[in-house]
Order: sequence, then structure tokens, then C-alpha cells
Amino acid sequence: MIESTMALTNEHIQQKLVKKFAEQVYGFSTDSGILSFESSKELNLKVLQFLYDEPSLGFTFLTDLCGVNYPQQPGAELVVVYHLHNFSENIRIRYSVATNVAEPQIFTATKLFESANWMERETYDFFGVNFVGHPNLKRILNVDEMDYFPLRKEFPLEDQTRIDKDDEMFGRG
Amino acid sequence: MRPVRFNIHPKEANINEAISMGKAPDGVPGDGFFATQLSSVVGLARKNSLWPLPFATSCCGIEFMATMASHYDLSRFGSERVGFSPRQCDLLMVMGTIAKKMAPVLRQVYLQMAEPRWVIAVGACASSGGIFDTYSVLQGIDQVIPVDVYVPGCPPRPEAIIDGFMKIQDLVGQESIRRRNSDKYRDLLNSYGIQ
Amino acid sequence: MEDQNHIALPKGSIEKATTTLNIGPTHPATHGVFQNIMEVDGERVVSTEQTVGYIHRAFEKLAERRPLYQITPITDRLNYCSSPINNMGWHITCERFLKIELPKRVDYLRVIIMELARISDHLICNSIVGVDTGAYTGFLYVMQYRELIYEIYEEVCGSRLTTNIGRIGGFERNFTNTAFTKLEKFLNEYPKVLREFENLFTRNRIFMERTQGSGGISAERAMNYGFTGPNLRATGVDYDVRVQQPYSSYQDFDFKVPVGTTGDNYDRFLVRNAEMWESLSIIRQAFEKVQSFKGADAEVFHAYVPEYYLPKKEDVYTKMEALIWHFKIIMGEIELPKGQIYSAVEGGNGELGFYLISDGGRTPFRLHFRRPCFIYYQAFEELIKGGMLSDAVVTMSSLNLIAGELDA
Repeated sequence: MIESTMALTNEHIQQKLVKKFAEQVYGFSTDSGILSFESSKELNLKVLQFLYDEPSLGFTFLTDLCGVNYPQQPGAELVVVYHLHNFSENIRIRYSVATNVAEPQIFTATKLFESANWMERETYDFFGVNFVGHPNLKRILNVDEMDYFPLRKEFPLEDQTRIDKDDEMFGRG
Repeated sequence: MRPVRFNIHPKEANINEAISMGKAPDGVPGDGFFATQLSSVVGLARKNSLWPLPFATSCCGIEFMATMASHYDLSRFGSERVGFSPRQCDLLMVMGTIAKKMAPVLRQVYLQMAEPRWVIAVGACASSGGIFDTYSVLQGIDQVIPVDVYVPGCPPRPEAIIDGFMKIQDLVGQESIRRRNSDKYRDLLNSYGIQ
Repeated sequence: MEDQNHIALPKGSIEKATTTLNIGPTHPATHGVFQNIMEVDGERVVSTEQTVGYIHRAFEKLAERRPLYQITPITDRLNYCSSPINNMGWHITCERFLKIELPKRVDYLRVIIMELARISDHLICNSIVGVDTGAYTGFLYVMQYRELIYEIYEEVCGSRLTTNIGRIGGFERNFTNTAFTKLEKFLNEYPKVLREFENLFTRNRIFMERTQGSGGISAERAMNYGFTGPNLRATGVDYDVRVQQPYSSYQDFDFKVPVGTTGDNYDRFLVRNAEMWESLSIIRQAFEKVQSFKGADAEVFHAYVPEYYLPKKEDVYTKMEALIWHFKIIMGEIELPKGQIYSAVEGGNGELGFYLISDGGRTPFRLHFRRPCFIYYQAFEELIKGGMLSDAVVTMSSLNLIAGELDA
């Protein structure tokens, strides 16, 4: 096929995705060279598997997995962003799925990428996203007894119980 | 022998300027004897042979490694043997940020040390939380253990770490023998919840 | 375990055939605070569970509070053995986000600083691998030359370890002649020292027997685990961000990317060693290129970025524009454009990535650090399973785990 001899481009990736998933993948944009797109959270494993297995796409390296909290988007407050990389064609791609804060369940990507293991634990620790099927979903960076998810926007940065720092002096009183 | 000189305008070394005599403690000298207080002698012996426990957690630990290396040699001050077992060490050098997850570990290491023990908090993070005024960082190790000397800096230069170490040596040299059994010390430990 | 040397435990017994060993957060072998709870059967490691987070300092939440140039000091403290690379990586991310073009001289000066930091990082890692196998001498020899690298940083930015070097758009001041003199001294004297350090270890029988064959991983498993950097190159995959997605004019330099075969401890040591030689050659090339700028070009040390680069004090006191910019920058009233960017540099341990999301405010909406140590430490169990306990210790130090980068 002609496709295998030309270099992989963002348009090509977009075409293949749209051909396979039709309107279930949306939000295509290219800022600073990386193609980003979204889909609903039920499809995340199917999309990742397609990006991994499809011979002309071959995104076999998970560069990064992180969470973002958008409190101003009701129904999609917690977003998980995957950054994937194709070494041989030297192309990156960004894929995000959103979930709501009341029932934050997302399927785990650990069966496909071992590196997702701790990255998902970190996202759980910071945002409370529950990864369904994860072998060991517990807090990784914070103390185990912590009962809230600190990186959500509603929680403050400082420890409110400290007595030696005067918030008045820092302009936060 | 490979000469290593870092100054690009080197000074010639003059042995007469480089020698200084240490100050002897107050006492009565005589022909073949020197009478002084027991605490002075014990202090003099202890301060020149402190065994530190480097509790190095982050960036200040790398500056400590530079202090232990040959350029800023800490073993000139008698601490040639750094140990990692609290049972055998005198000086707990806490270098680096202590997070709330690490605080119980630090306290346990402090409790395992035998008297007399001293603590030096090296760096801004160990002294007061440093630039990390966050929910997960302990704002100074003196929330959990009593501290003798604080060395500010982020990270402090090796000269500053050595200066802090010399202040600890001053404290050790002048400490009374009965301090560790005194009520004041026991009250200090009780205020931290240590029996 | 089912072989004849072990006593068969009666059914329902609460005893285990293996010992639980806690290589706890404070341990001389762990260079940094992380914990491994190992199940060992005699000397053989059966399984291990890692606990990290003992130095979690909440960088990502801290960054949501600070304007862009105030985030540089916290990037210092990620991989603190090579903090200039973290700083430059963050500045490059900001410049890509704000679409700032840099003059070539700034790029070459940045390359010099980054490669010095890479040498400093690899020196620590390799000499600590030596210390863990019992050879303390190498560490002491090379620490003297790390002191010289620290002096060069001091000439440029004033600080030794956590440098906060550079600004968005370039450097805060031009490199002085003293800095170039010290750099020349380094370039003249360091190769002999590195040769001496190599001779101590690379063909040393004891070192080879300690490190070969332990802690190995195949290339496919390494990629699945998200390895990058020297650890991945030791398994045979030649992925280097400097070559794949060049930043700071790395495409103008001629260097090789060393690659290993089996991914064991010996290969990682050799890859780091070879990278130090390549870094030396890159610094020489960059130094020549910098010296080829003459006249007014040789005074260029930053791009014109008035929103982020503080104007000169003489201008602040005499010109209105400069005064206004000075006020706006110090009071943090510069608004960022909307958008998101992921940008990566080749850190001492691999691909250090910065994912920045901005919603138009004065501080980032979300900043995420893609920390290489955190990602490849997951593979530790697979690397040491079935091996001896002492090999586990050497593997831990040859992976170059820096606690600041693990926890952020």
C-alpha cells in the first residue's frame, strides 16, 4: 500500500481514527504540532488498542498519563490525558477522556502499557479518578490516611493547620 | 602528582599564616599535668570525634556529599566515620525536605539514638519547610524532634554546613555533664512527647 | 520454594518460607528516600514492593500558584544533580508556548550549560555505582571535577547546585571571561580524569563480575515500562530527545548516541560513560561556535521578550516603557495566552517532559512534569526478581534514582 512508504502525518492519523470510530472521536486540534483529540471514556481502551496495533500508526510508547480538573465543566470535571509516541515515525499524539466527579470510573490501561500502573495511581492520588481493573489502586505519593484529593481545584495548597506562618503577611489572609 | 588548583589567581601557601593554636580549656597547668573540669575534657574529646548520621533526603544531601568529599573535607573536624546506624551515632544531620510521610521515620530514628545526641537541621526545608509551604511538607523538623543548630540556605554552601558543624562542636564542648539528666532537658523532651 | 534444601512447612502454618526485609526509607544504599519491602529467600529476591512519596513536595500544585518565571526554582529541585537541564527544559517549554525565537548564541551557551549538567549527573551516578560495589576512590577523584563544574555555574548564575539558571529568552547576564577561562580549564583537565576513572572500572574484573548479568531487561519490556534515557539506550533502543526532536540548536552539533545490548548494570555504566565523552565533544564544539561570534554578536545573551525578561536597571530608571514592564513583571500581571503544550528535553535520566495547560490567567492552569525516574522505577521488581540481594542494591544505584524526581 502507498501509505506505508510516506511519513506519518497528523492528517493521516486523523483520517484513520475517523474512519474507524466515526463521530465517537472528536475535538481534533493541532496546537504546537501535536494532534490532540478526545473521546468518551468508554472507548479509551479501544482507541488506545487501535493506536497501538494498527500497523501504520504504531503508537507503542506511553509517554505520559495525567489528570486535569476542570471545575467549570459540569459532567466532565476530571479529564485523563494520555500522551503517546511513535518512535520510528517520530510523532506524538495527545488523547483525552473526561469523566464526571461524582462517578469517576475509567478503564485502566495497565494491560496495554506497564508504565500506566504508577501514573494511574498518581492520578488517583491527586484527583480521585478510579481506574477500573487496576491491580493495586492505592495512594502513591501522599500519606495513606489522607482523605481528600489534593490537586482538585477546591482544595488549598497550604496546610491549614500550620501555626508558624502568618497568612496575612503573604497576602492570603 | 597531578596539581589541581581552582583559583585562577592562586596565592602562594605560607605555612606560618596557616597554623593556629587551639584554645585550651581553663585549668591549672603544671609540670606534666593539666587540671581542669571533667566536663571540659569530656567535651573536648567528644567535639573532635563526633560521628554524624547523614539523614540526607534531597538537594542538601548532594551538598553534603560535596562537603564530605576532598575539597571541603568534613573529616578534618573529626567526623571521618559517618554511620548509618542511629545506635552508634552522636549527631543527626537532617538534610533536605522532610515530608509528612517521612516525619514518623525521622522521629523513630531520633528515638533510637543514644544520649548524648545532637541534631542539626541543614537547609531551609529542614529548618522551616523552606520554599515548600504545601500540604505535604512538614514545616520544619522541630515540629517532631528537638533541634540544636539550624543552618539556613537552599542549599547551604559547604562552608555554611561546616560552620553549622563548628557551632555544634561549640555546644558539645561546653555542655555540662549533668545536662542530659536535668529536669530542663526532660521537660524539653516531654514537650515533644518523648519520654 | 519447592527444592530439597527447604524445610517443608506444615499445612496451615503461619510461618513463611521467605523473609521480609525492609530496605527502608533511610538506608545507606538507597540514594534518596524510597522504600523497598522485599521478600527474600536467603539471598535471592522473590518479590519486592516499592513505596515512594517520602519527599512529595507537591510541585504540581505549587506551580498553579506561581507565574512562569517563578516556577524555575521548583524545577531545579526535580533532578537536583543536573538542575540546569531542568531549568532549560522549562524555559524551552515556555518559549515554545509563547512562540519566542532565540538567537543562536543563546542556544549554544545553553548547550554548554546543559552538557556540563549532564556530565555532572552521570559522574554522580557512575561513581555511586562504584561506591556500591565497594570502590570509594573513584567517587572522591571525580567529586573534585564536579566542584569545577559548580564553579562554572557560580560564575554564570551565582549558585552551585539549585541553579535557577537562565531566563525565559536567554540568560540573565553574559558569560564573563572568567567563566570561559574556567570552561577551558575544565576542557583541558577533565579528559585525563575521566580516562583515569574509566581505567579504574571498565576492565576491572571485580566490577565486571558484579555488574554484568544482573538487572537486565529486554528492549520490548523496557519500552512497555516507559524507560527513556540511558537506561533505555542500554537495552538497545537509540531514542534520544536531542536527536528526535532537537531543541536549542542541537541539530547543529555532531555527536553519537551510545547504545548497549543487554540492558544490565554494566551496560548502563558503559552507556553513561560513553555519553560523558560525547558531552565533552559537544561542549568543545559549542565553545568554538560561541567564540566565532565577533563584535556586537558576541554581546547577545537574550532575546527581546519584554513581557518576561526584566529590563536593565539603567533603563528602568530612565525610560517609561522599561519602568512599566518592570512593574508588570514583578507584580505578576502578565497574562498567559490560552492553550496547552507538551515539550520534552533529554534530562540526565531520560525524557523530562512538561505538560502546560493555560486558560489565560497569570499562572498555569495545570502543570504536569513527566518525570523519567518515577516511570522507570516501576520496573525495579522485574529487574531484580530471582537475583541476589546485593545485585538488587547495585541495580538500584545504576538506575540513577533521584528522590526529588521520583516524588515531585
